[in-house]
Amino acid sequence: MARTIRSAVSISVAALLLGAPAAMAQDKKVLTISSWGGAFQKAQKEAWFAIVEKELNVTIKEDNTSGIADVRTQVASGKPTWDLTTQGAYSCKLLEKEGRLEKFDDQTMKALADIPTALGRSDQCAPQIVYSVAIGWRDKAYPGKEPPGWAAFWDVKNFPGQRSVRKHPIYALEMALIADGVPMDKLYPLDVDRAFKKLEELKPHVLVWWASGAQSAQVIKDGEVDMVAAWNGRIQALESEPEGKGGKIKTTFNQQILVSDHWMIPKGAANKDLAMKAIAIMSRPEVNARISNYINYAPSNSKSYDTGVIAKEKEAGLPNSPANAKKGFIQDNQWWVDNADAMVKRFDAFLQR
Amino acid sequence: MTVSTGGSANLGAYRVAERRERWLLQSLVVPGLALIGLIALAPIGWLFWMSVQGSSGFTLDHYQRLLDESYLRTLKTTFELSILVTVLSIALGYPLAYLISQARPRLAALLMLLVLFPVWTSLLVRCYAWLVLLQRRGVVNSWLQDMGIIDAPLKLMHNFTGTTIGMLHIMLPFMILPLYASMRSIDRDYMRAAANLGASPVRAFWQVFVPLSLPGLFAGIIIVFVLCLGFYVTPALLGGGRVYMWSMQIERNVTYYADWGAASALGVVLLALTLGILWAVGRLIGFDRIVGGK
Repeated sequence: MARTIRSAVSISVAALLLGAPAAMAQDKKVLTISSWGGAFQKAQKEAWFAIVEKELNVTIKEDNTSGIADVRTQVASGKPTWDLTTQGAYSCKLLEKEGRLEKFDDQTMKALADIPTALGRSDQCAPQIVYSVAIGWRDKAYPGKEPPGWAAFWDVKNFPGQRSVRKHPIYALEMALIADGVPMDKLYPLDVDRAFKKLEELKPHVLVWWASGAQSAQVIKDGEVDMVAAWNGRIQALESEPEGKGGKIKTTFNQQILVSDHWMIPKGAANKDLAMKAIAIMSRPEVNARISNYINYAPSNSKSYDTGVIAKEKEAGLPNSPANAKKGFIQDNQWWVDNADAMVKRFDAFLQR
Repeated sequence: MTVSTGGSANLGAYRVAERRERWLLQSLVVPGLALIGLIALAPIGWLFWMSVQGSSGFTLDHYQRLLDESYLRTLKTTFELSILVTVLSIALGYPLAYLISQARPRLAALLMLLVLFPVWTSLLVRCYAWLVLLQRRGVVNSWLQDMGIIDAPLKLMHNFTGTTIGMLHIMLPFMILPLYASMRSIDRDYMRAAANLGASPVRAFWQVFVPLSLPGLFAGIIIVFVLCLGFYVTPALLGGGRVYMWSMQIERNVTYYADWGAASALGVVLLALTLGILWAVGRLIGFDRIVGGK
């Protein structure tokens, strides 16, 4: 009897010892990250998440977000499920203003030092990628001619045809002012009345006010419009696709509006310390640069181009490469945080008139 | 004497039993009512409550906001489009429903299938199909241009016209089905009787058939009109961004601003206007006629 008890005990002890490593492996911390999904999130996963998982010895659980409203509801619940989320620069600034984000510690801030502050970097917003709003056009509509900038977008005499612009004031106002002759470095604060007056000129020529990136690509690919103001990645993607009815599509970085997407930590996130470490890793130039090898988005760290991670021929197609960055300007997120509500209302009324 | 007292005792017992049975039967609707209360009435109450809540308690700010030009224009567009689609769906739906109701059974079944077929196709697919057909370089425009009928492409899409066409296509079955149901129940002897009394076919149609089909027509009008008021996808895809619907303004308030108060106020306004119109129509022609009762 005593022997059977002893052997039972020793077997259990052995089982416990054997089971221990497996149990420890399961104890790995889980970091929950949300992003836009689709091709972009897949690129993030391959370029960044894999490295974070290895270095921090964590498992990354992925989720999708459709925008700022998600973060607001999560923070309002008191226990956000995300430790880290991707949102637009403007949304990040807005969430920061509303006090819904965690502040980065000094260590993280040091890691962000080489990311330009103009992108909207702060102690709560960490720019991760850069893209731009650029002019795309049908080559057949203007053979051999490249629109030098937004003035050409307005110039229906030399560049006749239909246009497409986003159904939102957020790029339209800047475009209008530049077309009206305001230098790119003297835009902000925006002269709103002047911008809307200039937009009035363009309005009859805008066939489609696009509501999604996919739509902006579709209208130019089908040849519905001849010139579009759209996100560079969307237009460039058309270059590698089979041609549609619109024929060959070209794009230029002339007078492009540079914008960025940011990392941020929802207030009350369970693993905020780990999340900060993850941000620091993904902001390192040689890691940050990797994103461009998986998708047509540019790195946010200005040192990323010195790492040699991005091939030279790839660099030419990225909006903030040393050669392209100076062709455009960075959008002022703060101006939009303070004015977006009034602008959207005015823009909606303008479109419906 | 004994018989009569026995009778009244029986009667009393019968009444009690009857009452009990009625209560039992009526209690059967409790789960249904509770469900409606839970999933329809309670959220509407909550919606209303949120629309008058600000950061510091009761407020009418959200309604004040709606007096902006942007919202007033959207309201106008929403009603214009809904009325137009309803009128057009009567113009197209009434003759078709009449044809189906008069056709021989096999032909009627075939026609009905054709009417119902689009309903089984995704709304999104149907919108994109219209886009392919009617856009600037779409099938219709290139065909007309190749035939030399037009020089420049017609603007059939990305505007009010395109939205109307797309919505009409989606709404038509909702007009035809109630019309067909009420036309089928019209006794053909009435028409023969009218002819017998000397009415021409046209007169018999207008004086006998049309009035008898009105319940179906009113039901169709209400279904189509109310559904149109809440449209989102079709105007968003086919309107070229310039056709604003009330539902889009609700979406804008929720997604861009996470402003549930303002979005709720928009919802309450639409609900109140819709109920107001239904009430006015009901007063004008009587609800029993709409529902089809005598």
